[in-house]
Formats: sequence, structure tokens, C-alpha cells
Amino acid sequence: MAGKTIKRREPLTDTQLLLTITICIFAVMYAAAMAIWGGGFLRWQQVFDMLNNNASLIIVACSLTIVMIGGGIDISVGGVTSLVVMSCVVHLNGGGSIPTSILMALAIGLCFGLVHGYLIAYLEIQPFIITLAGMFFARGMTTIVSLEPQNVAHEGFQALMNRKIEIPFLGYTAKNGNLIPARMELGVVVALAIVALVYIMLRFTRLGRNIYALGGNSQSALMLGINVRRTRFISYVLSGLLAGIGGYVFMMHTGAGNASNAAGAEMNAIASSIIGGTLLTGGVGNVIGTFFGVMTLATIKSIVTTSGLREPWWQSITTGAMLCFFILLQSVVLSRRGKGGLKRPAWLGGKIKG
Amino acid sequence: MQNDVVLTMRGICKSFPGVRALHNVDFTLRSGEVHALMGENGAGKSTLIKVLTGVYGKDAGQIAIEGKEVAIRSPQDAQASGISTVYQEITLCPNLTVAENMFIGRDKSALVPWKEMERKAGELLRSLDIPARPKQQLSSCSLAVQQMIAIARAVDQHCKVLVLDEPTSSLDDNEVAMLFKLMRDLKSRGVGIVFVTHFLGQVYEISDRITVLRNGELVGEYKVEELPQLDLVSKMMGKELDDLSAISVSGKETGAKGETVYEAKGLSSAACPNPFDFHIAKGEVNGFTGLLGSGRSESVRAIFGADRVTGGSVTMNGQSVKVQKPIDAMRKGIAYLSEDRKDDGIIADLSVRENIILALQVMKGFGKPISQADAEAFADEYIKALEIKTASTDTPIKSLSGGNQQKVILARWLLTHPQYLILDEPTRGIDVGTKTEIQRLVLKLSSEGMSVTFISSEIEEMLRTCSRLIVMRDRHIVGELTGDALTQDNVMRTIAGGGN
Repeated sequence: MAGKTIKRREPLTDTQLLLTITICIFAVMYAAAMAIWGGGFLRWQQVFDMLNNNASLIIVACSLTIVMIGGGIDISVGGVTSLVVMSCVVHLNGGGSIPTSILMALAIGLCFGLVHGYLIAYLEIQPFIITLAGMFFARGMTTIVSLEPQNVAHEGFQALMNRKIEIPFLGYTAKNGNLIPARMELGVVVALAIVALVYIMLRFTRLGRNIYALGGNSQSALMLGINVRRTRFISYVLSGLLAGIGGYVFMMHTGAGNASNAAGAEMNAIASSIIGGTLLTGGVGNVIGTFFGVMTLATIKSIVTTSGLREPWWQSITTGAMLCFFILLQSVVLSRRGKGGLKRPAWLGGKIKG
Repeated sequence: MQNDVVLTMRGICKSFPGVRALHNVDFTLRSGEVHALMGENGAGKSTLIKVLTGVYGKDAGQIAIEGKEVAIRSPQDAQASGISTVYQEITLCPNLTVAENMFIGRDKSALVPWKEMERKAGELLRSLDIPARPKQQLSSCSLAVQQMIAIARAVDQHCKVLVLDEPTSSLDDNEVAMLFKLMRDLKSRGVGIVFVTHFLGQVYEISDRITVLRNGELVGEYKVEELPQLDLVSKMMGKELDDLSAISVSGKETGAKGETVYEAKGLSSAACPNPFDFHIAKGEVNGFTGLLGSGRSESVRAIFGADRVTGGSVTMNGQSVKVQKPIDAMRKGIAYLSEDRKDDGIIADLSVRENIILALQVMKGFGKPISQADAEAFADEYIKALEIKTASTDTPIKSLSGGNQQKVILARWLLTHPQYLILDEPTRGIDVGTKTEIQRLVLKLSSEGMSVTFISSEIEEMLRTCSRLIVMRDRHIVGELTGDALTQDNVMRTIAGGGN
């Protein structure tokens, strides 16, 4: 051992660096919440509540992360989510079955993805405009499907919705001595599975790396022999598909369809991706970071509520301020890195030559 | 090794609307040779390269690799035929790792074999002696290393023909040496290299053969030892007269002709932390020289207020003035032609006319627009005076050649009637003819009483124009040469720090 040269570890790539920052921020914030407010934050159920409430957002944020890494944007996801929810609710109430409703959700998402992808990748129209149109279209369609809010009356679906996975060893003991296990909804399983799948796709498949290359420099990607159009097309198809799944998971959480479902979901998803270290300029980002981005937003909301500021605008104001802070922090870190001023701290893997 | 022909291009023609870019051009490349492709801007070098690499389709002619005719319709076709290109602008992805950049887009398996890819990349980098590590993010490598990585990628694709399009234009001397070492290594492996460059010295250092193009036509193919530098220049320019030595009488007549125009004491900026003193007199032409990165550009940028000024006092014509940002400098009669024409100079989509009046308009303020008639008159005047080759004043500047773009920017500054003009690398990346014209112009302006600071990487150019050279090394002024001391030898010695 002693004679061997110690293998030098590489400095982090931009993606890894931003991911590290995100996870640290989440950890610090959550730890601070536990220390200051204690109570609910000390229970695992708090984490599971955040997951239960945000399973759909996690999925939709994954779709945004994919297109943003590819250098694009998809702001139709909230609209697609709401259209999926309303369509599936109406379908289930009209005598549809669970499998057909799932197919319906996937089909709606896929349709939007295919059209967006074709227009953006092959006709080279700006993604912002196309997906903005997609958003209006989907919102409009939602009210056509049903103007009135509806609850799902389908019994099988209600059973599915109310099915909770109980994790006793992460539970807590209530005042009366009963053990209350931690409860997790099925949608969370779907969301976590999607985070894992998208992570694997982005990290280990050719498609994933091509998406990074596309976002890094699309001209170079072309010269390097990557089919840029097809890669871009697929990124939007995946985004649409994930928005469809996100819509179904949304319905599994709320069990109701409403024209204003998932209002602003696209903006929350973009914010989560950015907090998670995805750059709007493309080429840099990570879906694990996005997951922590969603959780960070959720923690901010919990903290605001716990500290007694119950009016909804406090959440928006705090979220806005934190988003601003994250962006500043990221850009400071990245620009210092450009000058070679940033070195990996010792606790993250030892001495590195700058 | 060096005999079998690997690439032949015969009778290549290519026209763009209104322009005949290539007419009946032949080009032959043998394996294991470095073949320089020379010509002034507009000679058709880049068009020929782009036809070869599939960026443009050809109108007529044949391309054959090792005797077999190939059809090249896209960059992918070219790569498949064994032709790889490394462009001046790096065509790699900055956000990916070195190893990924070497292998992405090549194999068609669904999964990325990270371990194997990094191992192969490591071996290749070692065997080519490239100072980079496979897992390193590409953007953390220097430009030179990035270029070498692009070359390594091409080599690993078993390219028979490697096209290097102006690879050295943004490299310093050490990096050029590194690149040349790699090129020699590839030569010995039997790769045929097409080398496009503006630097005459480099052509003679590394090339075996030279093909000269002019106005889209072939002038000839020569062995490098049979074509002295002066002949090469005259073939490129199509003139027998020795334009360059005609003004090589040196810039001794560009000495001070009056009182000091500009004087700075202890000037420093964010990019130029070491305070320096500087002065220039009426009608004087002086220059900052030093290696790339020695701080010459940073110094003149500090004079113009282009970077945040952090200290020092400035007097102009005896009066103390404040120059904190470019507009201050412009109002005081200082003009600065920046080093980076593409990013800091031209506004690519605006017309020649709009580009010319830009600085004047800024100085007048946007509340007082220059009338269309005035703008037209100004543009016409300078297009004539500087012999700018453009179809009309409405032509977008991006469609002009590099040399003519530079003249437009020069016109922009001359229009503000500065008393002190700073030219930072005005001759980089432009053809020999325009270079000469710009040097002549500097001498003319000086004789009319304008003070000029001239920066160039080519010492001969500076010796020809400047009466005083300020030599920099590692961001410090290390010497000042005037009069008889102004020789290439002395400059080199001062830069190197040997003294004399």
C-alpha cells in the first residue's frame, strides 16, 4: 500500500458539483427545521407526507429535467397533467376500467410529446412557443372534457387510491401508546421508480449521453455524429409521456378532477429542476438533484406553514427568494470554478490539484 | 511511407449565388505528409475543405480515397470514408468528459460502456502524449488540449485524411509546439494531414508540400523546399512585386511629432492588476509586445476602460481626466479595436453601414439618430477610403471576408475621429494583402497626427510600424525599445528575459 501512488480523484464535473450543492442545501435546511421546529420534522412521516403530496411533481420535474438537459424547455406539462386527470376521472366515472384509464393517460401524454417533438426537432420551431401553445391547448381541452369538478366514483380506483404502504419501523408512537406506522402512497413508488429509470437512462444509455451532448453544444453534437434531431425528438416524447404518468399519479393522490388541477405545475417543475442543479442553458443536470429540488421546495413550504405563516402568499414569496438564492449560489460557484479558484474541499475526497 | 496517394480531388467546382467559389480545383494528398493549403481570404480554402468534409455539396468534380471514388454528402459520410476534420472552433461538447468526447456518437450500442471507454481513452491519450485525463470534464482543459482531444478522436476512427482548419490561431507558442509534435507523430503513422493556416512560419516548420489557391482557382502544388517564403506570398497574392518589403523600412518615421497626448500613471484594472505607466505623443505609433497572455491586451483594455479600472491617474493633453468605462474613453477621443473581432467587434446580422456608424451613434447618444443620408454618406466614404470589398452598404457584415470585416470595424472607429487609436491584433486571421493595407493605413494616420498603439503577434509587423515597443512578460512591463534597439533580436531577447 505504502509504496503505491494514491490514485488521484478527478475534480467533480459541473453536474456532480451542482448535485452535491443541492443535496447539502436540502440536508442543512431539513436539519435546521428539525432543530428549530422539532415536532413533525422529527418524524419520518413528515418526509413521507412531502413525498405523498409531491409524487406527481417529482415525475413532472423529471420530464422537465430531461428536456432542459437537452437544451430545451417544456411548459406544457402542467396542462397535460390536468388534461390527463380530468379525462381519466370522466373515463372512470363513465364506466371505464383502471387499465384503460392508465392507457388513456399514457396515450394523452404521448400524443403531446410526439407533436411537440416533431414540431421542435424536425420543423425547428422554438420549444418555448410550441409548448406554450401545448399548455393553452391542454388547459382548454380540460374544460371541454368537463367544466364541473368531479370526484372519482370508481370503487376499484378508490381502493387503489386509499391503499397505503405501511412501514412500521419508520413510524412513531402516539400519545396513547399506539404505534402509528409511516404511510406512503402508491404514487410515491411510481415516482421513485421513474427517478431511478430516468437516472439510469441519462447516465448509462447512449440516448442519455446524447441528450447531454445535445444540450452542451448541439452543433458539436451534430459534428460528433449524433442524430441531433432524433435525440431532441425523443426527449420531448419522453417529457410528454412522463407528464401523462404524472397526471395519473396526481389523480391517485387527489381522486378528483378539476379544471385548475396542477395549476403552475410546470413552473414548480422548472424551479425544482433548477434548484436540483439543472442549468437552463442545457447540458448540465441530474435527476437525483431534481428529486432533492422537489423535496427542498416541499421543505420550504412545510417550514413556512409550521412557523405560523399560513397565508399562501408566504409560500410563494419564500420559494421565490430561495430560488433566487440558489441560482446566485450556483452561478457564483460555477464562475469561480471557471477561474480555477474552486477546489474540492478536503472532506469531499482529499487534495486535488486545481 | 510518404508516397502513396491517399486523397485526390479532381476538377472540383462550387458556386454560391453570385460567387464562383471554386473553379476546377485539383488537390492531391499523400499518406504521411503534412500538406499546407494556402491562399488569401476568399481564395477558396474553406470552401474546398467544406466540400471535402461534406458540409457543402460540390457542383462538379471527383473525390477519391485511395483511388476509389467516394460520394460525400454529409460530415458523417466523410468520416465513414476516413476523412476527419478538426475545426478552428472546437466541435466537442464542453459539458462531457474527455473520454465521452472521444467516443460519443461512434458506437451504436444502447448502453454506454463507461469503464471500457475510459480505459481506451486513457491508452489513446497516453500513446499520443496528450496531457488530459479521461474523466476530466472537457471544459477544464485548455483550448490546445481540447484540439488535441479532437485529433485523438479522429485518429482513433482510423482516419486516413485529417483536416486541420486553422488549428493554431488561438494557441500560444508552447501549445503550437505541442500540436506540431502530435502532427509529426501522426505523420509517422501514415496519416495524411491537410493543414490550413495563416501563419507562414508554421507552414515552413511543419509542411512537406504546399498547395496554393487564389480566387477559387488552383495556382499550383509545390514541395516546401522548392518554394521560398517570398515566392509563396507572391503566389498567394498574385503579384510579383514585393509588397511586404516595400514598407519594411521600419516605423522610424512614426516617432513623436508633438506633445504628449495621453499619459497614465499607475494604471491598473481588474484584468491587469499590476500598475503600469504609459504615455504616447501626437503622431506616435507604439506597440505592446510579449507572448500570448503576457498582459498586452489587458494593458490596452485598461487604457480604454474595457475592464473595471482599479487605480491610476490619466491625463490627456495635459488635463487630468477620468476613464472608467469605454464611453468615457470614446468621448475623450480614444478608440479601441478589440482583439476578438467575432465577439467584441462585429454585429454579425447588421449591415456594413450600421456597423460603421455604431460607435459614432453611441457617442452622439441614441436620442440624436444619424440620418439615413448621413449614414449612407459616411459608409460610402469609408468603404472607398479603406477599399472595403462589399456588395453594398446594406450587405450584412457576416457575409464579408475576415479582412473586410476588420476594415469595417476600423472604419467604425475612424469615423469617431479619435486622436488616439488602439489596434489590438488588427491583422489576426486576415489575408496578407489586407495586413499590408492595414499597416500602411497606420503609417498614414500617424503622419496625419494620430497617435496609434499597435499590437500584433507578428513581431515583423510591429517593427515595421512602431517607433517604440513596450515589452511585457508575465503581466509586467519588462522593457522599452526605441530607435536602433528596435530589432527582432532585441525584442526576442527582452521577451525571453535575457537582457542585452
